Amino acid sequence: MSGATPASTMQIGQLAGLKMGKATRDAFGAALKELGAEFPNVVVVDGDVGNSTRTEPFAKAFPNRAFNVGIAESNMVGVAGGLAAAGKTPVVSSFACFLICNAFEQIRMSVAYPGLNVKMVGSHAGISIGEDGASQMGIEDVALACALPGVTVIVPSDAMCARKATRAMLEHVGPVYLRCGRAEVPEIYTADSPFQIGKANKLRDGKDATIIANGLMVGIALDAAALLEKSGVKVRVLDMHTVKPLDEAAVVAAAKETGRIVVTEEHLMAGGLGSAVAATVARTHPVPIEFVNVGDTYGESGDPAGLLQKYGLTAEALVSAVNKVRSR
Amino acid sequence: MSGAAASLTVDQLKTKATAIRRHIIQITTEAGSGHPSSSLSAVEVVTALYFGGFLRHNKANPRDPKRDRFILSKGHAVPVLYSTLCEAGYYSFEQIMTLRKLGSPFEGHPNMKRLDTMEASTGSLGQGLSIGVGQALACRLDGYDAHTYVMMGDGEMGEGQVWEAIATAAKYKLGNLTAIVDQNGYQQTGATKDVLDLKPFASKFEAFGWHTQTISGNDMAAVVKALETAKKITDRPTAIISETKKGFGILPVLEATGDPNHHGKPLSPELAEKALALLV
Repeated sequence: MSGATPASTMQIGQLAGLKMGKATRDAFGAALKELGAEFPNVVVVDGDVGNSTRTEPFAKAFPNRAFNVGIAESNMVGVAGGLAAAGKTPVVSSFACFLICNAFEQIRMSVAYPGLNVKMVGSHAGISIGEDGASQMGIEDVALACALPGVTVIVPSDAMCARKATRAMLEHVGPVYLRCGRAEVPEIYTADSPFQIGKANKLRDGKDATIIANGLMVGIALDAAALLEKSGVKVRVLDMHTVKPLDEAAVVAAAKETGRIVVTEEHLMAGGLGSAVAATVARTHPVPIEFVNVGDTYGESGDPAGLLQKYGLTAEALVSAVNKVRSR
Repeated sequence: MSGAAASLTVDQLKTKATAIRRHIIQITTEAGSGHPSSSLSAVEVVTALYFGGFLRHNKANPRDPKRDRFILSKGHAVPVLYSTLCEAGYYSFEQIMTLRKLGSPFEGHPNMKRLDTMEASTGSLGQGLSIGVGQALACRLDGYDAHTYVMMGDGEMGEGQVWEAIATAAKYKLGNLTAIVDQNGYQQTGATKDVLDLKPFASKFEAFGWHTQTISGNDMAAVVKALETAKKITDRPTAIISETKKGFGILPVLEATGDPNHHGKPLSPELAEKALALLV
């Protein structure tokens, strides 16, 4: 449960000509501190990992509005529920797995069921956290969060997206889960780029297929699109940063206009973005879909780039998936 | 705050408690399900909170940010709360008689989304004290002189989250927080001492840095005195270990059934008649 070394060995975004940027957890932390004065009701509840989740800068700037309740995630979420019931906007944060998995029952009863205005931020999502291994990897979190009625689920793809998502999350009334990563990711957006909860961003257009991605996989999807273009295949790339509520219009348009879909995420197959997209496509405009994700297995220790390679979360894997879905 | 509860004498509170006990029997028998015995043990504390001048609440604005809070963490005992709120004029008897019926906001466990008098949605044990810690922290941050009371069951104390909350309340020296353990001695499958005996509670709370009192919780005078003392403790959280009897008020009726615990069972109309005859 340490967290200093960035995953600088990764080459994500190079094929697409993107510059490497900051990790989404860093962008979230910086934005939270910046927004602290503008949102006086915001308070932070931390389970003693604030230096990893990046709530620490806020806690240092606003010490009376930050509560470190120790390594006790269940209580941490309950305290956040109480703060929200009293009119505060608590940002409760831990590693994605400890927040969502450990405190799932508390999120269900003390946040989601009463519909309280709690902002849940999970860091260290996915297998790209690297060396710490499977116990620290949140790869079930999106499925669990999406299972809860009324919870908005956001998976930002780059630092700018995370920064804008942080503001949007605080402005939104109701429970939100924001999923952040530890690895550095390429810069996809600029300050002028749009961000709206529940509205996908079309990053590239093409008629041959659509890659729907979120989080770290967006940069990899753009790399895959660049590779495919070399062989004359033009794909649409959607950044589906909001898994719930899903931008169904964008999914339906992709199905209708490109006829083939590949969904990719740094998450298990079960219950994530792939499931959400598949359900929508099956119900509206059935077309072939392939999935590139962690599958149905746990991760392990290793360097982030090596892990992404081993678990098939690469531009090459996406190219294969696009070719496969086009051949069906 | 307007609408602060009237402060009744101990004798008047006892009369009120009897009326509340009658409601508990009537609404759970009408519902055909529910937890009357778990509700009955808590009657003196809840009655004293609402009618003894302790809980400052505002009928015109139940979510008044400056109100005192009462969180019923042992949510299955919610008939005691509905019955008390009925006596306090929030709801009619006809309304609370819809307990557990489809469409009624008087659900089997508290639902704060449907009733603005419920401070938390409980029913999954062990969570109320954490919510109370959050409420108490928020009130302190806002500079409100508001007190938060949380009632838990003794069986509920088996949940680890309760002890996390106890530690956190002590860390923040929450003098505006009072925990009440309704120690009625039983949980779902039997006596608490046989299932998971965590007694004594007082010394455990004290070890965490809490002020504690252990009282006879079905003795109205003792309850009033304990709540008065708790109000005076402002430098740390305070716990009242309320030693009660599950089903207090109708014990002979429950004992005659051979199941004095009577957990999660309403009384039949015939038994309810016998019980009501004791509550006069």
